[in-house]
Amino acid sequence: MNLTFREAILTFKRAPLLSVLSVTTIAFSLFVLGLFGLVVVNLQNALRDVEERVEVVAYLLPGAPVEGVAQALKDIEAFPEVQSANYVSEDEALARARAELVELRDVMQELERNPLPASIEIKLKPGFRDTDHVSAVAERLRGFGFVDDVRFGRDWVEKLDRLRGLAAAVGIIVGAAFAVVAIIIIGTTIRMAVLQRSREIAIMRLVGATDGFIRRPFLLQGAIKGLLGGLVAIGLSFGAYALIDRYLLQSSFFTQAQAAGIVAFGALIGLLGSTISVGRHLKRV
Amino acid sequence: MIKFTNVFKAFPKGGLALKDVSFHVAKGEFAFLTGHSGAGKSTVMKLIYAEERPTSGEVRVSGYNVNEMRPREVPMLRRKLGIVFQDFRLLEDRTAEENVAFALEVTAARASTISARVMRVLTQVGLAAKAQAYPRELSGGEQQRVAIARSLVNEPTVLLADEPTGNLDERATRGVFQLLRDINASGTAVVMATHDLDLVRQAPYRVIELQEGALVYDSSVDETGGAAPPRDQAVAP
Repeated sequence: MNLTFREAILTFKRAPLLSVLSVTTIAFSLFVLGLFGLVVVNLQNALRDVEERVEVVAYLLPGAPVEGVAQALKDIEAFPEVQSANYVSEDEALARARAELVELRDVMQELERNPLPASIEIKLKPGFRDTDHVSAVAERLRGFGFVDDVRFGRDWVEKLDRLRGLAAAVGIIVGAAFAVVAIIIIGTTIRMAVLQRSREIAIMRLVGATDGFIRRPFLLQGAIKGLLGGLVAIGLSFGAYALIDRYLLQSSFFTQAQAAGIVAFGALIGLLGSTISVGRHLKRV
Repeated sequence: MIKFTNVFKAFPKGGLALKDVSFHVAKGEFAFLTGHSGAGKSTVMKLIYAEERPTSGEVRVSGYNVNEMRPREVPMLRRKLGIVFQDFRLLEDRTAEENVAFALEVTAARASTISARVMRVLTQVGLAAKAQAYPRELSGGEQQRVAIARSLVNEPTVLLADEPTGNLDERATRGVFQLLRDINASGTAVVMATHDLDLVRQAPYRVIELQEGALVYDSSVDETGGAAPPRDQAVAP
């Protein structure tokens, strides 16, 4: 292991230019992937904000019994999909309408009787804010005897569903394409490093080195290059994020786990690229 | 030690590199392998160190059957052989000492044994004082001595030398040849491929001569005593 480590480090010393070039290439490949990742992360955040607004409102019949409504609130809050259920009395509804619908204030003032019904506003937990779950909750609410009508903006929730599906599909397809490009570029870079040392590999074989012995320093070196490339890519991505956040639009950066994931991905590609390149080279010579 | 029995080797694109070659090199023997360029000397060498497999016939080296060797056995065979080439094949970015140590490191030898053995073989080839020199700082003869030291460091039973003096001037040639003779005198078998007729004449060693892939002369078989020089026409330039 010691020798493997020494040989891997020696290569960086012996061919500093090629090593820097490899790390830079890996870094920029991962940087492009990282930029796309940032777009995905921010798109997801935006979608989550919109999702927050998904709400089911159950309008109650006039004169619904207070005890019955209180019990119903408890039952509704116990639904697995429900995050919160909030009772809005007739008076509260009117006060809200007066505050929100300024242009109808005069009409409101002249009302002799409050025409607005009491309601229960229900917010759903993340993961349950799609058409199927929302409809299911709405259906259950209709089962309560004192519920007059249930609204949740079906069209809007369906559009949100489609948007989410589209974002996921684009994310997977474009992300995979970027990842494949990164893998090819990184693989080629590592192949260059292997070819540069082909004479050394031939000599190692002549003096009785096993393929495993020859392979190990390359694998370690590939993983280190990938790791360094990944770190540089995260640095570049952060720079890009900081600029965008400051001058273009408020956005968010990767979580620590996501950033670590990108660095690990770099190391993994470096390792895999080396495994394939060295393996092919050893088979051929 | 080395035994070729009716060995044929076909080129990948047709034609034969070796035709029905049979010979046996005993433990501790010194044998010249002579013939023109393209006669098949290097192919014989490659079969001995299992870089190639015979198309038919049998090649046995140090207890291994090259025909049936598994890939993972090849490095084990090579550790029993020392191999020296015309172009030295040293690593340019390592010192003489590091080049020699390299051959031991690949066998996972201990660090303490490595430095002692490396210095011993460098002393043996007369280069202890230049242990820290890089190949580019050494003359051709000195570089070949480093290559020989590297081939010796694993204490091989056979030393294969493929045109080891091909790139050297006369003085360096004499020095390297003498070194090979000394190595042989200490018990290591030496197979030396060469087309240097003068060198072959200098020593009373066995001569195996190839012509267009066929063994045309073997002094140990064709003449009693085994010390006859090869036929001039076979090795003339």
